[in-house]
Amino acid sequence: MSLVADNISLHLAGFDLLRNISLEVETGKVTAIVGPNGAGKSSLLKVLTGEMAATKGQVYLNNRLLQHWPLLDKAQLLAVLPQHTMLNFPFTADEVVGLGRIPHNTGLSKDREIITEALDLVDASYLQKRLYTQMSGGERQRVQLARVLAQIWQASHLGDQFLVLDEPTSAFDLSHQKLTLDIVRQLADKSVGVVMVVHDLNLAARCADNLVVIDAGVIAAQGSPEAVLTEALIDKVFGVKSIIAQHPETKRPLVIT
Amino acid sequence: MRHFSAPSLIWALAILLPVAALVSITVGTVDISLLDGLAALTGGSINSQTHTILIDIRLPRILLAITVGAVLASTGAVMQGLFRNPLADPSLIGVSSGASVGASLMIVTAGGFIKSGALLGLSLVAVGAFVGGFAATLLVYRLATSGIGTSVTTMLLAGIAIGALAGALNSLLSYFSDNDMLRQISLWQMGNLSGASWTKVIVMGAVALLLMGLFPRESKALNALLLGESEARHLGIDVQRVKRRLIVLTALGVGVSVALAGLVGFVGLIMPHIVRLAIGPDHRWLVPASALAGATLLVIADSLARIVVIPAELPTGILTALLGAPFFVALLLQQRRDV
Repeated sequence: MSLVADNISLHLAGFDLLRNISLEVETGKVTAIVGPNGAGKSSLLKVLTGEMAATKGQVYLNNRLLQHWPLLDKAQLLAVLPQHTMLNFPFTADEVVGLGRIPHNTGLSKDREIITEALDLVDASYLQKRLYTQMSGGERQRVQLARVLAQIWQASHLGDQFLVLDEPTSAFDLSHQKLTLDIVRQLADKSVGVVMVVHDLNLAARCADNLVVIDAGVIAAQGSPEAVLTEALIDKVFGVKSIIAQHPETKRPLVIT
Repeated sequence: MRHFSAPSLIWALAILLPVAALVSITVGTVDISLLDGLAALTGGSINSQTHTILIDIRLPRILLAITVGAVLASTGAVMQGLFRNPLADPSLIGVSSGASVGASLMIVTAGGFIKSGALLGLSLVAVGAFVGGFAATLLVYRLATSGIGTSVTTMLLAGIAIGALAGALNSLLSYFSDNDMLRQISLWQMGNLSGASWTKVIVMGAVALLLMGLFPRESKALNALLLGESEARHLGIDVQRVKRRLIVLTALGVGVSVALAGLVGFVGLIMPHIVRLAIGPDHRWLVPASALAGATLLVIADSLARIVVIPAELPTGILTALLGAPFFVALLLQQRRDV
């Protein structure tokens, strides 16, 4: 099963934001989307999650048209972490994470258990009773990450699950960046399909099974990081001269600029 | 950190409200002892004048205060959640300004007819206020709704625009009214519970019960909406349907409140805010706790309205603000110290 974008285009207010994009987010794999600012990465995520309807083309979740899924069923399969969340009400961290359990009917005690585990996983247990409005940017983002993790914490009988992350590491320090990548890998090992927008090419190269490069609304390249990341491509897409080396331990490509 | 746990605040208010109501029964131009009050409520024998004052005047008035206070404060909590703005209040969707025009229009045009004219036992002013309030909300809602849904921002702006228009119409009506009408209009705008009757209590009670029955179903959706609309949708909430329902229920609740008690300010804006400061924004607790707090505030305010200038009375709306504002300022000061 998979989350599939089939030849989608998106026109908005006279602009071609996306053109003829076909993409498959497979379960058990991590798909990373990279590209320059304004290339259409976030728009692609919005179409993939049903937040915006494609002008042309279709999105399928587990072989069923995305818009045909009942909202509540879809919420049990697809969790989305936006780049920014405008929460300015003083919820505590465990209340925020608890919002991720809204689509489920697992009962209060099970939900509490999941909330505690999810906060623990993102290294935010100490925030449990703290108010969201008084947290730092990185703490907020970790709590939000825990929320979407709680949303797909247990496998669903409705089908395979997917996690969509829009720049999940943008506010994180080094250790939490690594933590996020580890969590994402664990989820993929539990056969969740993960798709994330990342800015740092090396981060993307390190975690992605499938790397998608978007430039001006079209897919410039996609495949394994080794195949996709070439000096010519980086020059063409980002306009930056670079050297592609190999990480001495992970053997993944390393972009040096 | 939070100051109270939600259940303990609800328990405290659930005890405070009946106590306040009982005390309220004894106060007014005529002093009635608590024993006589209890006797009248339980069907015991007391003299007929006291009985009339208690059963026909004070009891409906207190019940009206409870239901109006509960409806205004709970709709306030709901609107603050829906607009994701802790400073929103029910009047934002145009209901108060529309009601005000409707009431003024009735006072000015129906003139001498007003004393005798009535519809189902409710005065023409009340009917005018309800129709005006509901029509204004409908207009604001339609202005903000397009093919892709209702924009909360547009709704806010449309509410301001309709409010300004209603203000102008109101001034126009005041300009053309005589002294007696002017006084009626301004008294109505202050909000007053003195016209309470059993008919009003039944109408208001039915609306309050409807709202208290339906709001809890939407409390999880409101919690999710605080994250943002698309986040709520990703959590499986049908955002458009929730918005439509809550706006209709609020327009109904506030429309009827305003129609029966005039513009009682402050309760809808500040009570939910104070309750949120105490127990946090979880709507499963916030909405019922706000309802209880609003009811209690209005009962206390109305009791004071009856006794501060004996033998005359003050409009209740003046007292709600006089009581609530200093309390709110004190809370803000305390919060400033805590941070």
